[in-house]
Amino acid sequence: MGKTLAEKILSDKSHGDAKAGDIVIADVDLVFLQDTTGPLAIKQFKESGFESIAKPQRAIIFLDHAAPSPHRQLSNDHAFLRSFAKETGCFLYEVGSGVCHQLVAENFASPGDIIVGSDSHAVTAGALGAFATGMGSSDTAVALALGKTWLRVPESFLIALDGTFPKGVDAKDFILYLIGQIRADGATYKALEFGGQGLARLNMSQRLTIANMAVEAGAKVGLFPSDNVTFRFLAAQSRGDSYRPLHPDDHAEYEQTMHLNLAQIEPMVSLPHSVDNVLPVSKAKGVKIQQVFIGTCTNGRLEDLAIAAGILQGRKRHPDTRLLIAPASRQVLAQAIERGYISSLIESGGVVLPPGCAACLGLHQGVLGDGEACLSTANRNFRGRMGNPEAMIYLASPATAAASAIAGEITDPREVM
Amino acid sequence: MANAVLRGRAIKVGDNISTDLIIPGRFAHLRSNLPELAKHVLEDTLPTFTSRVSHGDFLVAGENFGLGSSREHAFVVIKTSGVSAILAKSVARIFFRNAINQGLPILLCDTDRISDGDELEINTTDGHVTNLTSGIRLSCSKIPPLMSAILEEGGLIPYIKKHKEFLFQN
Ligand code: SF4
Repeated sequence: MGKTLAEKILSDKSHGDAKAGDIVIADVDLVFLQDTTGPLAIKQFKESGFESIAKPQRAIIFLDHAAPSPHRQLSNDHAFLRSFAKETGCFLYEVGSGVCHQLVAENFASPGDIIVGSDSHAVTAGALGAFATGMGSSDTAVALALGKTWLRVPESFLIALDGTFPKGVDAKDFILYLIGQIRADGATYKALEFGGQGLARLNMSQRLTIANMAVEAGAKVGLFPSDNVTFRFLAAQSRGDSYRPLHPDDHAEYEQTMHLNLAQIEPMVSLPHSVDNVLPVSKAKGVKIQQVFIGTCTNGRLEDLAIAAGILQGRKRHPDTRLLIAPASRQVLAQAIERGYISSLIESGGVVLPPGCAACLGLHQGVLGDGEACLSTANRNFRGRMGNPEAMIYLASPATAAASAIAGEITDPREVM
Repeated sequence: MANAVLRGRAIKVGDNISTDLIIPGRFAHLRSNLPELAKHVLEDTLPTFTSRVSHGDFLVAGENFGLGSSREHAFVVIKTSGVSAILAKSVARIFFRNAINQGLPILLCDTDRISDGDELEINTTDGHVTNLTSGIRLSCSKIPPLMSAILEEGGLIPYIKKHKEFLFQN
């Protein structure tokens, strides 16, 4: 019997024959913590009596969620994380380096790895063929100490892609559409595995956007096979030697197969307060927006800023609409400066925030007022997510975000491109 | 934990209660002060929760409870508030694992048959719930043996403290 990607990776890392439904103990290649969930993980690590980390060179702490810190207690949490990194020898990315998932993709994730992060969007690294999943603090603490974790081998859904995106449509529209179909709990405990002819035409940035949101359908991982696109991305990050080919077997067993043609996707928007509450942008046109936020681990990459800058260049944001931009990493920011995207964005009236999570989780840098609506390129619009339960969050692509910033209301990007 | 029979009162919440509703990101500065953080549990969706809850109560939810972030704090604050078990129709993956890791029973059953304020008796060993108010008995789905072992030890940290590794063979 053939194996799915999930079964292949988990067989390899548990040194056995892993089939969907089994529980395995797997070697972990990378464990990471972020600043709002990391402190509890470290307290639990210490409480368990552990003193050292199994693989310090493969354990990373990111200061990205509250960065720079807006609060004394969060500053103390940062200090606690810094001293733990010094004591144990794990690497720490300081504030301003970027969002953990972007930095994991740039610097660590490789095909066939097992990655455990104390953040639900750890699934992002699935774009590179890594079995990457989010866990709570206790699990992360134990993975740090043992270099292992237990996993139930998930059943997989095959999402077979064909065609290419039409103009004005991108990976975000596709993944919102897919979540609208599967629903927010339709893939709970499952792996989403992407395949089909359409894959070759998706660049790494698009794959990262798609894998990032697998968890919004409840999935444990969102996995891509590795190919030329993977190799070229790794080589550009000077990590070409960590490439390895990874494909599901022919006759792998999938719980479900969905065929989707990318050419038929249109710009999509997710309405408050649930990610699977999805409509075509054309049906949500005209909703007034007080804040547009372009960034996050979903859509804060160079390609996203290029699209937004392309639309906003020579135009101004609507006077009633604030425009916030947070590049996903320092590398993204540096390249966006070099290519002139940042000048276009600030000349159009945008505010550039430091690389990091910024306004995404409602802690700082763009908390919404009562009754305000925000159009965000993030992955979640749960009530209260951006710091105010009386605010509304709409999710869309960078193109829709840029077009809506100009009009001051939800706008189909195809009208301004 | 063995043969545990728990009795308490149901406090009901709806479907799709996200970790942002359980404990929003805007309180992240209280995450290293769990008793303070717990004062805000569920406040955006059930503002009366902290005044109503008493020790031993059960939190009874609908579909996809705990979806969203991996913050284990969302689970810890529910536990700190005195809740002795969670019942739900379905639970998001990370939250389910966090619940077991914190050593608090989380049972999956048809919670439509439970109303707010009902008196319940839960048998965590054989996995059933008796609704003492309505007389209805509900069976719950089983959890895998490794998870039961973790639950029996009172959570993942006590489990690992004792065994130093995962004792498990396929
Ligand atoms: S950008 Fe948003 S979704 Fe991504 S890790 Fe940060 S807070 Fe989470």
